[in-house]
Amino acid sequence: MQSKPLALKILDVVSIIVLGISTYLALVFAPKELVMGDVQRVFYFHIGTAWTALLGFILAALFSVVYLITKNLRWDRLQVAAIEVSLVFFLITIALGSIWARPAWNTWWTWDPRLTTAAVTELIYIAYFMLRQGIDEPEKRARFGAVYALVGGISAPITFFAIRLFRTIHPVVISGSNAAAQGSFNMTPDMLTTFFFALFTFTVIFIDLFWNRIRLGDLQDKVEQLKLKVSI
Amino acid sequence: MFFQEVTPDTSGYMIAGYAVTFIVMALYVASIYIRNRNLIQDMTMLEEMDRAAAPVEVRQPKKSPAKPTGNNKLAKPVTKRSRKK
Repeated sequence: MQSKPLALKILDVVSIIVLGISTYLALVFAPKELVMGDVQRVFYFHIGTAWTALLGFILAALFSVVYLITKNLRWDRLQVAAIEVSLVFFLITIALGSIWARPAWNTWWTWDPRLTTAAVTELIYIAYFMLRQGIDEPEKRARFGAVYALVGGISAPITFFAIRLFRTIHPVVISGSNAAAQGSFNMTPDMLTTFFFALFTFTVIFIDLFWNRIRLGDLQDKVEQLKLKVSI
Repeated sequence: MFFQEVTPDTSGYMIAGYAVTFIVMALYVASIYIRNRNLIQDMTMLEEMDRAAAPVEVRQPKKSPAKPTGNNKLAKPVTKRSRKK
């Protein structure tokens, strides 16, 4: 096993620092929203994690296309890494949304188009790992996984556009409005600064976790090859 | 909550939200670390097994420079008599 590259070690440290700064900005620097109160502060991390998760699912679909063309298992490992990190981030997004919804909508959960598409996306990618677990042969597993991730990737843009296409109570804070939305608010310049820094923070954390997960996949592959060699 | 006059105290929900975020991220980082450590242990063990299973090389004794034997005529020292023959 090769030791961690210096760039990755630096990225680990930078991720922790930017997460700390982003938390400070969200909890202290950004002004309190007068209608919803402090719970509005979860919005910064809610959007940050959602942005990176959806980006990761789309990246995974692109890696699937490259794998199906090249048949190189390296692309399969990239795809698994992207989906795993995105799945964790999207779980945080849904949990934060639910926590925000309780005081804003007076319910933890409602079958609104955005919430439904988000839940379906999360379940699609949980099923992706269940599918992979059921296939032993690496090439077959990679091929099935690639096709599944490619089809599953469609759910990411559907989730993103759900609040712009359907009548929903979910607010459209960025570039748009929705007449039926409950819990909308206009952002002050300080809120905007915090918001964009949160987007930057979660992008950095995503890259860091993605890189670490790729290295884990490479190690897994080496161990599998060694197991085969020893068993022969 | 949208017809209120005072800002409600929703700080409990905010704390819950940030707690969930940090706990989930910490668990994921820990899972990557633990999986990595287990794989390194597996690899070390498999490499040892691979080394143990490898065929042992039989060491050949080092050949000493060929000594002249009675059968080897060429190895005989050349003398004046042998030249006459």
